[in-house]
Amino acid sequence: MSAMTRKGPHPALRWSLLALFGIFFLTPLLSMADFSTRNLIQGGRTGQAWKNLFQDDALYSAILISLGLALFTVVLMLLVLVPTMIWVRLRTPWAKGMMEFLCLLPLTIPALVIVVGLKGVYDWVTYFLSYVGLGESALALTFVYVVLVLPYSYRALDSAMSAIDLKTLSEAARSLGASWTTTIMRVVVPNIWSGILSASFIAIAVVLGEYTIASLMGYTTLQVQIVAIGKADGTTSVAASLAVLLLGFVLLMVLSLFGGRGRRTGATEDPVAPAPSVPASLSPRPQPGGNNHP
Amino acid sequence: MTTTTQPGTRAGLAVELTDLTRVYGSNRALDGLTLHLEPGELVCLLGPSGCGKTTALRILAGLDEATSGTVEVGGKDLTHTPANKRDMGMVFQAYSLFPHMTVLDNVAFGLKLRGVDKAQRSTKAGDMLDLVGLGVHKQKFASQLSGGQQQRVALARALAIEPSVLLLDEPLSALDAKVRVQLRDEIRRVQLDVGTTTLFVTHDQEEALAVADRVAVMNAGNIEQIGTPEELYTQPSSAFVANFVGLTNRVPGELRGGAVLVHGATLPLLGAAQPDGQVTALIRPENIEFAPDGLAATVVASSFLGNVRRTQVRLADDSVLSVQHDVSEHPQTGDGVFLRFKSHAISASPTPAIPSS
Ligand SMILES: Nc1ncnc2c1ncn2[C@@H]1O[C@H](COP(=O)(O)OP(=O)(O)O)[C@@H](O)[C@H]1O
Ligand SMILES: [Mg+2]
Repeated sequence: MSAMTRKGPHPALRWSLLALFGIFFLTPLLSMADFSTRNLIQGGRTGQAWKNLFQDDALYSAILISLGLALFTVVLMLLVLVPTMIWVRLRTPWAKGMMEFLCLLPLTIPALVIVVGLKGVYDWVTYFLSYVGLGESALALTFVYVVLVLPYSYRALDSAMSAIDLKTLSEAARSLGASWTTTIMRVVVPNIWSGILSASFIAIAVVLGEYTIASLMGYTTLQVQIVAIGKADGTTSVAASLAVLLLGFVLLMVLSLFGGRGRRTGATEDPVAPAPSVPASLSPRPQPGGNNHP
Repeated sequence: MTTTTQPGTRAGLAVELTDLTRVYGSNRALDGLTLHLEPGELVCLLGPSGCGKTTALRILAGLDEATSGTVEVGGKDLTHTPANKRDMGMVFQAYSLFPHMTVLDNVAFGLKLRGVDKAQRSTKAGDMLDLVGLGVHKQKFASQLSGGQQQRVALARALAIEPSVLLLDEPLSALDAKVRVQLRDEIRRVQLDVGTTTLFVTHDQEEALAVADRVAVMNAGNIEQIGTPEELYTQPSSAFVANFVGLTNRVPGELRGGAVLVHGATLPLLGAAQPDGQVTALIRPENIEFAPDGLAATVVASSFLGNVRRTQVRLADDSVLSVQHDVSEHPQTGDGVFLRFKSHAISASPTPAIPSS
């Protein structure tokens, strides 16, 4: 994993591959953009479908719900995963395999099975949420979604944590007088920041794209609403889909920008001791959004 | 709690490790280790890999907990005090600078946690960096420094909090030979300067002998012998210590009435009395010399070591000995020479019965 010094393919091959993939990915997007701006009745172009995104109340509230779900899922996922993963790495390394297995498990379970399995649990969830006035709220989906994003977020955080010497850094902080909270917030988090960002953005992408579970459990999220609209108004539903895709794309761009921030590789000044420092030897992290090495 | 005294104005604290045992599963990493450090003293824990040096250091730092035994610093029992309340500066074997902070912020980190205001901690951190000769690199990041520089910053960071004890776990082992020697002398200079009681862990005997007030040689979770470098070198209490500290020739001999017979010479035995019988005598290269007559040998190779020369010779029984001698003598490969053992006391360990041919 650390020795990934590949020689790139021939430039011509590289560019033609890039062009091929560009066409492959852009064609559907352009088609969607084309379709969503068509005036199906009178012919020509119209921005009505895009206006509907904000004027259609049901769609607007579905957007808010999905964004809220994304936010809560990210926060809860980070609160659960980050301290647990740090703890396991430092204190119970033998449990790492088990934790990995548990975190990857949701990948292998079909959505339908998750829904059926969680139905009983969710009666309780809504029961307790009703005490804080959220009984019928779609935000209750947060809990399923946290489970759903675990595999992706775990991977992102795990590779960020592998890239630093977590044990030595936290022990150094501890010996300098830092409590566990201070150690995590001031030393660990800043050094796995790109992992936290990827984990968050992947979680957002998963939540914004999820349809099956929300629909089976009867909550009106953005995807559910898009499908509903699509039955009556094709262009608006395509506009909404495209908007979600573009949002995801923007998120990934932001991710690759921020992921590259704070990585400083400087020339080693003392030629007799060219020992690699921890951050200089960061292995490339799997980050959607592409290559962020300058 | 935090003082801003100048380095050198503050006496170190005594450290008392009593009967420390650390068990990992069925493995006793430490087995009743007891060690006392005088205030301001630099003690080296020296021993082969896996003998428990790091474990001892981590228990003193509070990063690991002893299965039994106690840790006292300056008369206070710290056995159950968490690491962040122990006030100990630590330099790790692995590079441990916080990659997201500048060198200055790294050094100031401990002071920040102690609530020292910004101006004061910058000044203090700057002073510490000057002390280790890195004053001009304040705004750099760890990745812009060489390994040796990073370990210097780590030393400055550990000392900035004016720790009660300074702990160094093989801080030089990742560096190459030249930097290692430079930095070890620098560590010693700084340590004498600030007067902090220091425990220095290493597996390199040369390093230990060079920097320590006293060296504790460890073997299998316990201290085999502790003493000044001179004591360890000239009066090793066991064959293990003699073997580990300094270069030693292993020569078959016979122990009879407190003296060892080797190749016709009778040498006094060092350390506790042993029963008579076949032994392996441990003789330092500098205690063998060339002579006009005596034990015949053939020169195998000779190397110039600066102030002395070391020559390998082969005896009639095919065993090879190392002889250390003055640079004015130039034995050539293939030369016939005669050896004499200087009458220094030597240590010896009983030889398991080997059929002599
Ligand atoms: N966390 C651990 N779990 C299990 N065994 C350990 C652990 N740390 C150290 N040991 C064992 O304890 C012994 C002493 O280790 P250590 O103190 O690191 O040795 P040294 O620093 O002298 O090389 C070794 O046999 C090592 O395998
Ligand atoms: Mg060690």
